[in-house]
Amino acid sequence: MSTENETEDDKKPAQHLPGSELRTARMSTVGMPVEKSENFSATAKRLVRLMSDEKYLVMLIMFLAFASVSLVVLGPRILGHATDILFDGLTKRDGQTGVNFTSLHRTLLFALGLYVLSFVLAYSQTFMLAGVVQRTMFTLRADVEAKIHRLPLSYIDRHSRGDLLSRVTNDIDNISQSLQQSLSQLITSLLTIAGVLIMMLALSPILALIAIVTVPLSISTMNRLARRSKQKFIAQWSHTGALNGLIEETFTGHAIVKTFGRQRSVEDRFATTNEKLYEAGFGAQFISGSIQPAMMFVGNLNYLMIAVVGGLRVASGSMGLGDVQAFIQYSRQFTQPLTQTASMMNVLQSGVASAERVFEVLDTEEESAEAEFVPSAPVQGRVAFENVSFSYNPDRPLITDLSLVAEPGTTVAIVGPTGAGKTTLVNLIMRFYELNSGRITLDGRDISLMPRSELRSNIGMVLQDTWLFGGTIRENIAYGKPSATEEQIRAAAKATYVHRFVQSLPMGYDTILDNEGGAVSAGEKQLLTIARAFLADPTILILDEATSSVDTRTEVLIQRAMVALRSQRTSFVIAHRLSTIRDANVILVMEEGRIVEQGSHEELLASRGAYFRLYQSQFSGAATAVD
Amino acid sequence: MLDTPTSVVVAENSITELQQTAVLQFDSVGFHYPGAELPVLDKVSFTVRAGQTLAVIGSTGSGKTTLVSLIPRLFDATSGSVLLDGVDVRDLAPEALWSRVGIVPQKPYLFSGTVASNLGYGKENATEEEMWAALRTAQAEDFVRAMPGGLDAVIAQGGSNVSGGQRQRLAIARALIRHPEIYLFDDSFSALDLATDARLRAALAPSVRDAVVVIVAQRVSTIRDADQILVLEDGACVGLGTHDELLATCPTFQEIVESQAAVNEGVA
Repeated sequence: MSTENETEDDKKPAQHLPGSELRTARMSTVGMPVEKSENFSATAKRLVRLMSDEKYLVMLIMFLAFASVSLVVLGPRILGHATDILFDGLTKRDGQTGVNFTSLHRTLLFALGLYVLSFVLAYSQTFMLAGVVQRTMFTLRADVEAKIHRLPLSYIDRHSRGDLLSRVTNDIDNISQSLQQSLSQLITSLLTIAGVLIMMLALSPILALIAIVTVPLSISTMNRLARRSKQKFIAQWSHTGALNGLIEETFTGHAIVKTFGRQRSVEDRFATTNEKLYEAGFGAQFISGSIQPAMMFVGNLNYLMIAVVGGLRVASGSMGLGDVQAFIQYSRQFTQPLTQTASMMNVLQSGVASAERVFEVLDTEEESAEAEFVPSAPVQGRVAFENVSFSYNPDRPLITDLSLVAEPGTTVAIVGPTGAGKTTLVNLIMRFYELNSGRITLDGRDISLMPRSELRSNIGMVLQDTWLFGGTIRENIAYGKPSATEEQIRAAAKATYVHRFVQSLPMGYDTILDNEGGAVSAGEKQLLTIARAFLADPTILILDEATSSVDTRTEVLIQRAMVALRSQRTSFVIAHRLSTIRDANVILVMEEGRIVEQGSHEELLASRGAYFRLYQSQFSGAATAVD
Repeated sequence: MLDTPTSVVVAENSITELQQTAVLQFDSVGFHYPGAELPVLDKVSFTVRAGQTLAVIGSTGSGKTTLVSLIPRLFDATSGSVLLDGVDVRDLAPEALWSRVGIVPQKPYLFSGTVASNLGYGKENATEEEMWAALRTAQAEDFVRAMPGGLDAVIAQGGSNVSGGQRQRLAIARALIRHPEIYLFDDSFSALDLATDARLRAALAPSVRDAVVVIVAQRVSTIRDADQILVLEDGACVGLGTHDELLATCPTFQEIVESQAAVNEGVA
């Protein structure tokens, strides 16, 4: 793919910094910004449907949550009874002497049993819920993984790799986290609020009113603090991002920073950003940390009022002491589930937003379905284009009415200016895109009627952008032929001029390649991918600017080795360096999606047409260079 | 990580001052990764004086980039020594060494910021005139003027919003603005088309007149006029001389020339 394409992709604003918003949601303190979903209810419903296989278990979980919360809510009431028993005993109001210990024991044991039972119920509920959520996520991950293999190349081309990766990993992870948290806590919190409210109203409507009146007060206090902390949190994240960027950059550009003597200024910038991060972090943590004490303060005021009013009512005899005590406990249980619900809504929001992004991938149109691949007789490698037309965009026809034949054992070179459609031709042979009209055949069979896997198993492709995975050099060379012996690997490495530089690496063939691959240059990486294709030896080989970073002399040597190896094979070579394709059997000159010339190097030069002009443009540059 | 010893150790009592005219000398320099079967570089020797150009040419994997990296001590030679004005670079204060070197790496790295802030890596507080002059020589003036904001045009991290050729030209400008005594161009012209390559080298000539220039290149046309051409093959020097001398004596050089010149036969 061309440099232009890369830059296009990179220019896309990095909307979804992997993990940034998601981590936010996971920390799930109130007041943090949350990624909003476009269509909350539809996505939420679909998310629920994902769990439909487990609907009986989900219902059981709901029931357990309900039972467990009910028991917890009953607790204070029963303990209130115990207080009443004590109070009555001490004040001897019922004429008896002393405290009725039998009934006190019975009541306390009952309360204990209630709490134990509630714990067991909550425990099994959590256990089952974890199972349900994780099984659902397992299926979702498997679905997405399977889907990615069916995605057409056009989708992958249009989306940045980072974004897709983020959807598969971070988003699914986030859905799992938020489902787990919100399902258990949200249900429990809502039930608790309802239960506590009922109990409070039953005990004393007047006290209930006092308790409820303070709710808006606490919520507004919380909101105000949350809004301020949110700003600080946003500042904290943006400074964290800036700091990470700076560190990454200094790392990648290490040699430049060093040899240009800029450590001091980079250190200064680091210190400044670090300082800003410290200030923002301090503010964020301090303000969000102050929410808790502020809520406690409001809670205590509330407690005081209930204690005073309750005390008066006990004194006037209109309410039992146990009831007041129970009420105080309820009022203390009231605010916590309220704040929890608020923060769980955020978590749920972000989970649904993630789900939306994952569903988007799942809903992408797939490559057309096809028959299973049954290995058939080895193909000869005769590739024919018959009146092929194709365009990525209906408004801009790219390839129009193109016909050509590549016989087995020949090398077809494709040259032409950028944007002439050279790489598109390759994409069509690989069936990454479907034709608008015409057909492409392999040994006379229409490739659109062949299973893609069969088609592609016959083709080896080496691109300008090398793809090496994080494994040893040996594993990378043997990627196309896992059964290869050590001798075969070394033979391929020698034929493609890889052997010598591999021997100069610290671990030889066991050297692990990483993304940046510090010790391995761009040209060496290209040689490695060529060694891989050499070893795999496919019937049809496509080299798309595969040696652009390799020096010309090595390139010529490799070409010779290829010719010997591939006498019975078909090769397509795309190159802008004309030296690369000099020996090709047929050279196709493409301009604006059409083949304008076709012939051998000598024939084309003799005809003094487009190829000759292309040639001269390279040559005249060189001629100026000599002056 | 913090405990990893730095591989490049700063010498005690390091020398910070050097004579004015620069001389770069490789004295039987070798580089060998610990544990590797074969060396990357083996017994390479040459001398380049101020005002001279040394071109390094050779196959992919022959050790060209490693050779360049030894000069600003991105690596240290494992045998022999790299000398600057007769002083081993390991005895120089790193700042003194780096202040004299302008390097354009094979994969030019630009930092997020603006065109101006990237040039600032070469020279802090450079004036606008200095910046435009460097850009003009590097054949980057036209496209920078066309960018929104000109010198203040935004550069994304790694320079991903400009093309490979533009990135290389900006990196060249960043080295030029330093006016160093030693220029290191590691395959810096490969992403340029031949005409731009030629224009750039013509514009470069006056700026580097009094400097030591080391150019790693793949195109013979790029290095035809170099005072000396060093031909590397499997880490060893198989030829050192002018274009014409090597054409007569060095088979590897002949093959390189042939692999590029053959293309032009039909036209010439």
